[in-house]
Amino acid sequence: MATTQYLFAGFGGQGILFSGKFLAYKGLTEDKQVSWLPSYGPEMRGGTASCSVILSDSPVGSPIVSKPDVLVAMNLPSLDKYEDSVVSGGTIFVDSALIERKVKRDDVTVHYIPATKLASDNGMPTLANMIIVGKILKELGGYNEETVNAALGKVISAKRADMLDVNKKAMQIGAKN
Amino acid sequence: MADKVLMKGNEAIAEAAIIAGCRHYFGYPITPQTEIAAYMAKRMPKIGGCFLQAESEVAAINMVYGVASTGYRVMTSSSSPGISLKGEGLSYLAGADLPSLVINVQRGGPGLGGIQPSQSDYYQATKAGGHGDFRMIVLAPASVQEMADLTVKGFDLADKYRMTSMILADGTMGQMMEPVSLDYEVSKPVEKPWATTGTKMEREHNIVNSLFLQPDELEKSNNERFERYKYIEENEAMYEEYMMDDAEICITAFGIASRVAKNAIVEARKKGIKVGMIRPITLWPFPNKPFEDTIGKIKTYISVELSMGQMIDDVKLATKCSGEYVLCNRVGGMIPSPEEVLAAIEKANGGNK
Repeated sequence: MATTQYLFAGFGGQGILFSGKFLAYKGLTEDKQVSWLPSYGPEMRGGTASCSVILSDSPVGSPIVSKPDVLVAMNLPSLDKYEDSVVSGGTIFVDSALIERKVKRDDVTVHYIPATKLASDNGMPTLANMIIVGKILKELGGYNEETVNAALGKVISAKRADMLDVNKKAMQIGAKN
Repeated sequence: MADKVLMKGNEAIAEAAIIAGCRHYFGYPITPQTEIAAYMAKRMPKIGGCFLQAESEVAAINMVYGVASTGYRVMTSSSSPGISLKGEGLSYLAGADLPSLVINVQRGGPGLGGIQPSQSDYYQATKAGGHGDFRMIVLAPASVQEMADLTVKGFDLADKYRMTSMILADGTMGQMMEPVSLDYEVSKPVEKPWATTGTKMEREHNIVNSLFLQPDELEKSNNERFERYKYIEENEAMYEEYMMDDAEICITAFGIASRVAKNAIVEARKKGIKVGMIRPITLWPFPNKPFEDTIGKIKTYISVELSMGQMIDDVKLATKCSGEYVLCNRVGGMIPSPEEVLAAIEKANGGNK
């Protein structure tokens, strides 16, 4: 009964909730049990935003992720706040373009990726979040072209279909770096 | 089976209401339930329905009274402080025996409180929705799927018994997304011969009213209403039992608290502790029967609540104060962690040795 608990955290506007939603949809297309819970309220209005995503082979109990297996930190306050909560043996993804310090713990796997810089260098400044998602899928063995496309199709509305390719490209950049 | 889609709990309520035939929604925005109104604003005009943002919660509930009088399915939604404002209208709906669906996506209180999840309106929903002797059917969803299912069920029960059904959810249930299937066989609308639909000069006037100035008539209407309540108590209670077969410790929790408690029960079972859970799905009528059945078998009841301890009173009544009772709670928008619940279970277990 595998269960993976993800915590995405960063500034409001970085696409934290969107990347979590993508992952949840990807889980759904793979017949997993999923839950997605956003932070709501003052923090989403310009401050820190976070979202809990759980993918599991069995029904999800509490949707609140307090001890993530995977932490995505897209700014320093998020890394400061959540670094200690990651389970031993867990994984932390750090946007190293925005966070200068290294992760202090030595019992977790850390992936540094300058996502925000890669995004602006590639002319997609709003897609640092999806670059990190690409990295997550590559490192954690979930980069499956078919389910990625299916999930993108669900999470991006028909009206924004022009965004499909650039999202895919962002994930490919993440997977290569 | 229909395809499952990911939806927020609030959106699932709104779509399920539309599927159930609701074409009239009145509300006033308040976090954390605003997605219900937003969804209705988008959908209702496209399907010939009515979305109206009222000038206040008080106005909205009285618009519900108006539409309910005509026999159409109607709903309003709000969060804790807004529900308090609707209290007068809820009492009038009860006094006039009108069916309606009211959603409370609870936040921390009292007063303006906060906007994070809470379950501290349990007393209000189950015992004191407004003045006078009356009840509402109170449904407590613990998943996005149940947010939708109980919305449909709530309309059916409201029509069947001519009373208000309330969905008592909380901020997490409203905001979280889970896969949901909205594949319903919608039941046939019940006949509403009492509705004010115009006499066409063919029948006597129907009058919808809650004013009875003759005390004997008012007493009679109260007694008749409580006969109906008695039938509901005997026939409509809903609950879920989880790992109760050999349980020596019984968790009681509803909504989000029950989800957290499940995690704790799984961990406690790994340690060999015999713990289970009774999760009320209807808070009124309270499911007394499964609790009565535990008398003599359960030594400790742990009520996990996002309140200072409200449902625990009903647990004590249902089990005739036959056990030990422990409250495991957080309030103000905080949610107990599975570890906190596990600690309460372990403490109760140590006490049993």
